[in-house]
Amino acid sequence: MTSLDLAFAACGALAVVAGLLAVSTRQVVHAALWLVVALLGVAGCLLVLGHELVALVLVLVYVGAIVVLVLFALMLTRAPIGPDLVHAVPAWRRVLAGLAGAATTALLLAALLPLADGAVQRREISNKAVATELFGTWVWPFEALSVLLLAALIAALAVSRGAGAGVDTSSDRLLARLGHVDPAEGRSDVSQTGKKSKDGSGEEAR
Amino acid sequence: MIHLAGPHIVAAFLVGLGVMGVTVRRNAVLLLIGVELILSGSLILLVASGAASTSRWEASSILPLFVITIAAAEVVVALAIILTAFRHRGSIDLDEPLPADDSSDGRGAM
Repeated sequence: MTSLDLAFAACGALAVVAGLLAVSTRQVVHAALWLVVALLGVAGCLLVLGHELVALVLVLVYVGAIVVLVLFALMLTRAPIGPDLVHAVPAWRRVLAGLAGAATTALLLAALLPLADGAVQRREISNKAVATELFGTWVWPFEALSVLLLAALIAALAVSRGAGAGVDTSSDRLLARLGHVDPAEGRSDVSQTGKKSKDGSGEEAR
Repeated sequence: MIHLAGPHIVAAFLVGLGVMGVTVRRNAVLLLIGVELILSGSLILLVASGAASTSRWEASSILPLFVITIAAAEVVVALAIILTAFRHRGSIDLDEPLPADDSSDGRGAM
């Protein structure tokens, strides 16, 4: 049991406990925030394993971008502040999900633990070597990834605003809920200002 | 010196928690949190494989970077689809059955 093992155990315990809270809490915003803690624990694990570049990219991309996107999506889908009673699941389903997770963990432990053959010397990975390989051997996958990111960006824009027809105006309902304007007035107001606005087909949903 | 059992145990627990999160959630946005946990478990496994022995072409450092990038793209597209479904249906409940006359989107019950 070396100091590296202790540091890894601390970061791993942080990641696992925060991950458990992220998947089991009833408050939706807390789930996203516990995911931040879990990802910071994972980044600590990667740091202990010697891959500081991957750890920093994990923090930047996951915590800085993905969790912020998830929080924005929660706000845009009008997540409740308190416990999420609309999407509450019955107890038997929680138990079944826990069993599925436990079974997956047991299967992976049975498969992976025989592969861990004792303590090994940690290898130092220099960022220079990573950069040399990334822009040498892996340059074409790297370029393909940039094309993938561009395609994902365009696809997200096209999906979120391209459908056009049949889009109800959730902003109208939000304004109506806030009590500022009447929904009918708000709809005409929004259509005057040029935002895309169609008949509120989902008005009766809530 | 570091023992390799630690990374393997943490990766197994993270993947198990992710599977639990994917199966238990009815909120479509929170489903993504389970997916992120599964992916972070795979990241730890990839990195641990490179911390032990020499990896050819530094694949243990570069493949996690690729996984992170692909996860970012996946989350962007998934959230766009979820927001569009929310605008069409007024709900992101994954258990809700599709209405009979709904031909606008394809998100069915889980």
